[in-house]
Amino acid sequence: MPSTARAVRAALLAALATAAGTSACGKSSAPLGAATDAAARVYVAPGQYDELYAFMSGGFSGNVTVYGLPSGRLLQQIPVFSQYPEKGYGYNEETKAMLNTSYGFIPWDDAHHPQLSITDGKADGRWLFINGNNTPRIARLDLTRFETDEIIEIPNSAGGHGSPYLTENSEYAVSATRFAVPEPQQDMSIRDGKFGGMLTFVKIDPKSGHMSLAYQIHVPGYDYDLARSGKGPSRDWSFFTSYNTEEAKTLLEANASQKDKDYIAAVNRKAAEQCVAQGKTKDWNTPYLHNLVGEDGIARSETIKSEKILEVADCPGVLYFLPTPKSPHGVDVDPTGEFIVAGGKLATTIPVHSFSKMVKAIADKAFDGDVGGIPVLKYDAIIAGEVQNPGLGPLHTEFDGKGYAYTSVFISSEIVKFSLTDFKVVDRIPTYYSIGHLMIPGGDTEHPYGKYVIALNKITKDRYLPTGPELTQAGQLYDITGDKMKLLLDFPMTGEPHYAQALPASILKDKSLKTYALATSTDPYVTKSEKDVKVVRQGNKVHVYMTAIRSHFLPDNIEGIQVGDSVFFHVTNLEQDWDVPHGFAMLGAQNAELLVMPGQTRTLVWAPLRPGIYPFYCTDFCSALHQEMQGYMRVSAKGSATKLAWNGGAGALK
Amino acid sequence: MTMTMASVGAPRADASTADPKTQRRPMRRSTRIAVALSSAALGLLYVTPLWHIGLTAPQYPEGLGFFIWLNRMSGEKPQDLNSINGLNHYIGMKEIVPASFPELHYMPLAVGVLIGLGLLAAAWGQRKALYAWTAVFAAGALAGLADFWRWGYQYGHDLNPRAAIKIEGMSYQPPLLGGKQLLNFHATSWPGAGGWVAIGVLLIAVTLTVREWRSARSRAG
Repeated sequence: MPSTARAVRAALLAALATAAGTSACGKSSAPLGAATDAAARVYVAPGQYDELYAFMSGGFSGNVTVYGLPSGRLLQQIPVFSQYPEKGYGYNEETKAMLNTSYGFIPWDDAHHPQLSITDGKADGRWLFINGNNTPRIARLDLTRFETDEIIEIPNSAGGHGSPYLTENSEYAVSATRFAVPEPQQDMSIRDGKFGGMLTFVKIDPKSGHMSLAYQIHVPGYDYDLARSGKGPSRDWSFFTSYNTEEAKTLLEANASQKDKDYIAAVNRKAAEQCVAQGKTKDWNTPYLHNLVGEDGIARSETIKSEKILEVADCPGVLYFLPTPKSPHGVDVDPTGEFIVAGGKLATTIPVHSFSKMVKAIADKAFDGDVGGIPVLKYDAIIAGEVQNPGLGPLHTEFDGKGYAYTSVFISSEIVKFSLTDFKVVDRIPTYYSIGHLMIPGGDTEHPYGKYVIALNKITKDRYLPTGPELTQAGQLYDITGDKMKLLLDFPMTGEPHYAQALPASILKDKSLKTYALATSTDPYVTKSEKDVKVVRQGNKVHVYMTAIRSHFLPDNIEGIQVGDSVFFHVTNLEQDWDVPHGFAMLGAQNAELLVMPGQTRTLVWAPLRPGIYPFYCTDFCSALHQEMQGYMRVSAKGSATKLAWNGGAGALK
Repeated sequence: MTMTMASVGAPRADASTADPKTQRRPMRRSTRIAVALSSAALGLLYVTPLWHIGLTAPQYPEGLGFFIWLNRMSGEKPQDLNSINGLNHYIGMKEIVPASFPELHYMPLAVGVLIGLGLLAAAWGQRKALYAWTAVFAAGALAGLADFWRWGYQYGHDLNPRAAIKIEGMSYQPPLLGGKQLLNFHATSWPGAGGWVAIGVLLIAVTLTVREWRSARSRAG
């Protein structure tokens, strides 16, 4: 027996030694693939600020996350398309309307591509736009408050993937239909029905940022994937990739991969604007919602039933197809506006189209026939070059402003750097693993900030401690200041990060709002002073005008509520001090808490189900006496004689 | 003011030409100019804060504070006075309500009178006017400081017995001048720009007085 035990132990030790050896080589001794000075490059000392703000799409979390770079520290989560109980977003009365659509209240979406507002081709730090893919929407976030201010639904669309991709001066956001559907929607055979697509242009008001639907271009029923608008010489054009030009409706992975080339749709916006101005559009009446936060801080929804639809046949010159190999995914325009780089998911080269050649080909009518009246340009007439050996599965390209392009390559899991002069690969570096988008700060604009590239990976496998079947999402930060890319940092992310944006911290940090001005609040439910607190019954609705200040609510005793009432807690945070939010949580509330910023008013609705005494309390640790910040509601049976009474203001309770 | 300055500049009897009959003992011309300019400089008190009270704490690295002007109080940042009052309620300190300080009503007048007296003294040119002006100024400054200390004492000691934070033997009087640790807050009290101007002018007045006094005595001796 002992000898058996010894043998087992020896075997175990041997196995452990092997494992330790592997570990030492593979992971512990030198971080896998990292530069030797990586720690110093990403270390931001305690109390110091990061160099850049990065805004990551939260993917299926529906949020936007804010990170500091180069540290990779998570700074904030901004709810956009999804309810977010921590902040009460989508639960409280002020924000619920943000999630309204023509399909009803949709508390979730799949957030994909953040886009910073740009002026003269450079991030101006005013707004961040991001699309919801599932129920097509575009949201606008304010970057002084880091809050969602507006969401516009995109009608006549299914799958708002190629979006929002702003134009050079944020004149438009775009949206393309990823899923072909009947246009307009109707009941028809999936197999035999003729589906269509829409390329949508959303006007952005230069002052307010408010979005409105400008026009939609009715296009063949392909799957439109990604988009970019031009810059400099190409500023009046927008480009959209398409796949499934086979128009398959089932088992697309094979059926949509049959053709050698699909198309990039190139839209001449000047021509489109002219046709719209000349009234060459048709009016459609598909309802869609526009949700906007007003001056008073409250979001309201408006249903609109009017779209200007442009048929390509009615507006010659508005749309051309650029043949592009193998189901292209990304379409990215370099800082000069001349090169249009496509990521052919299944291609063995990266095709780079030339804008000037495209213009010439159009002038020369160098067409290879047409599709439904849309001219297809000759591939040889528009191609600037093909990047050879770019790896397998090129997807997206960003630029460093120094004449180089960086393409994410999914299947071979790497970033490939190539020259825009001779289209030769000059460097490549592995990503861990299966990179989707990549992002160079400002790398999609005319004036890239450069310095870093972030890989937004789809798979992390063994890079982090395992957490059950679902592993963390992650990004990787690389240095691109030298000839060779260097891996600096792995950092976890939430949701599935798709695209991202970044800008220097100096643009945003000093204009970040600290408190809402209580004195000038126009919120209709604000209570500006403890003298003004009150409880008002209107039928079975009871409005509680409550204040919160360190460390008490007023009123904090309320009687006379009955089962069957809906109680509206309008909680105003009277603080005018930085970083002193108050929370409000009610026993048995079926929605969420409130998190009320200084000077802000937020409203929670609560419908008590049975008589009793119900405590409420502050959830945000506000002060030394935070635990004392609590109160009671008395709930009586329906029809009870208990009178409405409260303490504070003119209330009768003492 | 223009008239006054002109008269200051006009040729006047100098110390050596004192008229013993009328007991006129004029100041030196340089003294009169200095008195006139110093008095005028006190006009800066209307546009600069007299005093500054500052507070820092671990939770307030950026600091809180307020300025005391001749006729008002203002937060260092717009909401600081509110925030300080909010924090003070924990220790039961009374709210600082600017309107409740009568000083803020009569200080502008008092400084106006002081400026007027200084200009008159310069115009008249008699030493005793300078002595009187300096004496009034010094007395006013002392009274002001005493008043400031009295308010500090009152706020620091007159605490609500039902306050959340009560510490045996602890009072919260801010320092008259300098810094002092009050629980988690480090409080500072320093003159503001206007306060420094007043101190400077007072020092000049005292210096001039001493100079004139000495010169008068040496002549008498």
